[in-house]
Amino acid sequence: MTDQTQHTAAGPATTRARRKSQGVLGLRGRDITLMGIVLFLTLAAPFILNPFPATSGMAQFNAGYPDLMQRFVIFGIFAIGFNILFGLTGYLSFGHAAFLGVGSYSAVWMFKLLGYNIVPGLVLSVIVAGLFSLVIGYISLRRSGIYFSILTLAFAQMSFALAYSVLTPITNGETGLQVYTSDPQYLQSADAPSIPHLFGLEMRATETLRLGGWSFDLNFGYYVCAVVMVLAFYLAIRIFRSPFGMMLRAVKSNQQRMNYTGLNSRPYTLAAFVISGMYAGLAGGLMASMDPLAGAERMQWTASGEVVLMTILGGAGTLIGPVLGAGLIKYFENIFSKINDGVLHQWFAFMPDGIEDLLVGIVHPFVGKGWHLTLGLLFMLVVIFLPGGLVEGGQRIASVFRRDRKAGGAEARAAAKRNVE
Amino acid sequence: MGILEVKNVNKRFGGLQALGDVNLSVAENTCHAIIGPNGAGKSTLLNCLIGKLIPDTGSVMFDGQSVLGRKPHEINQMGISRVFQTPEIFGDLTVFENVMIPCFAKRDGAFRMHAIESVAAETDIVDQAESMLAEVNMLEKRDIVASSLSRGDKRRLEMAMCLSQTPKLLLLDEPTAGMARADTNNTIELLKQIKARRDITMCIIEHDMHVVFSLADRITVLAQGTPLVEDTPDKIKGHPKVREAYLGEAEV
Repeated sequence: MTDQTQHTAAGPATTRARRKSQGVLGLRGRDITLMGIVLFLTLAAPFILNPFPATSGMAQFNAGYPDLMQRFVIFGIFAIGFNILFGLTGYLSFGHAAFLGVGSYSAVWMFKLLGYNIVPGLVLSVIVAGLFSLVIGYISLRRSGIYFSILTLAFAQMSFALAYSVLTPITNGETGLQVYTSDPQYLQSADAPSIPHLFGLEMRATETLRLGGWSFDLNFGYYVCAVVMVLAFYLAIRIFRSPFGMMLRAVKSNQQRMNYTGLNSRPYTLAAFVISGMYAGLAGGLMASMDPLAGAERMQWTASGEVVLMTILGGAGTLIGPVLGAGLIKYFENIFSKINDGVLHQWFAFMPDGIEDLLVGIVHPFVGKGWHLTLGLLFMLVVIFLPGGLVEGGQRIASVFRRDRKAGGAEARAAAKRNVE
Repeated sequence: MGILEVKNVNKRFGGLQALGDVNLSVAENTCHAIIGPNGAGKSTLLNCLIGKLIPDTGSVMFDGQSVLGRKPHEINQMGISRVFQTPEIFGDLTVFENVMIPCFAKRDGAFRMHAIESVAAETDIVDQAESMLAEVNMLEKRDIVASSLSRGDKRRLEMAMCLSQTPKLLLLDEPTAGMARADTNNTIELLKQIKARRDITMCIIEHDMHVVFSLADRITVLAQGTPLVEDTPDKIKGHPKVREAYLGEAEV
């Protein structure tokens, strides 16, 4: 929908020339800009997310600490993958957390068996999640609409129950799977760090940069996740712009016409399901790489619901929307939830006592433990007024500005005309 | 031996005999019209041809192969395309994408995992889709989202989609239903051009006799699920049985 070629009388020759130009890395037009934005945001995140000096009262709104930044990009990957299924084909899976959990378990098992290098763990998490989603997808995709959603939900809850109790030898039940010193770790060399690392570089290695009152954490683990997310995003753009991506949108638009056009929609949807399952597995593997633990709660339906919220909040079917949605929800979860009554009293301290208490009382249900309430309201507002999510909001704002500029230009011209007269 | 051979096809819905011993033979490169009053079983017959319904008994042979028991996409890949009564298009996609999809289906078959290369880099498909749109005079609308087209344009788009697969048999289910007279005439012109330019067999269901007599080489009249007569348009026009089936006892 970007880079639309105009067909004029002299058209075909020029358009053909433009068509041949491959752009940068197979991307063209607005996609290059989009890729650039994502690249910049992820690389500069430690700075962008810490806009307030560490000592100021606003410091609690800083989100630039390693743990949270890692979660931003990991859930970004999860949501990008989910969007390939939901955004393109319209099939709403309520069980994607199962693949996330499977990815985490696979990665931790690699840590236990081979050692703390994260590469084997990540590879296995993608493969296992892919196989797992192939099985679940093959069965669930026999139905569409609400039945598909219920089937995926049922499978995910089954996986959760299995991981929680039945499969305790593999998953370590409710304690969660973790690495013990008694584990074999066959490939772990003596000098390698005994926490997750990438060829010797520890995930938790952090360089703290102090500039005046500001401090920025540059964490190696975050940058590993960020590079993976940038690659995942790049792959998603390629899929969106490919014939395969077009077929997936055709599935969403009119499956009947698709079948009567000689296309079998089943393998297309299954491929989309498996790809998004592998993205989820990768996210799970990265999660375990940042903190070598895997618990069954990662597979619970609330986790599946969360990725649905992220995608819709950001804008289902758009490229950057899911990343924004993931960031927003994780920000709420971690920052809003930290605002307790003590902080509120501090904020409103300048007010007379009675009013201060009243204001704290009003705001109280929306922050701290009540952050879900704010998120819920926000979600409702977005779904009702911006069905296209935050991306649509951004587009509307941009179009208002564009109109203003045009209107401003017209006024200026009119003024100039008056002056001439 | 026609390209499409329907033999003794029966289809019941509960107590209703929708099709009773239908025999039909459509010769290659002709336009065969199926007419009949409402409820005569025309659409049921068409649905049996494309795999949407499976007849209870009988056989449907296309190009020497049975279509029964095959899935819709397999039947389409054999060379049968269908234009629906209400245009079935990809409403969320652009006009150009709508035409590209059948081009891909023709080239790559029912499924191909081409997830990395860009659509725009598939120059042969792009060229095919462009020339197809030019043929139906819709090139200037290529970047419009298909759902916002007018009814007539949706119909033309759907025909372009079917034709870009170069089908051997094109099934048309009331292609001019609900159209204004001007649009109907445009559609007739378009179909005449298609017939003249391509080696294509057409099977058309239509209520509008003007359309039928402008296009058809042969006509089958269906009444209450059974073929009444089959003949050339000139013979059908004055046939007493046809008048009876269509108009009851009333005089014209």
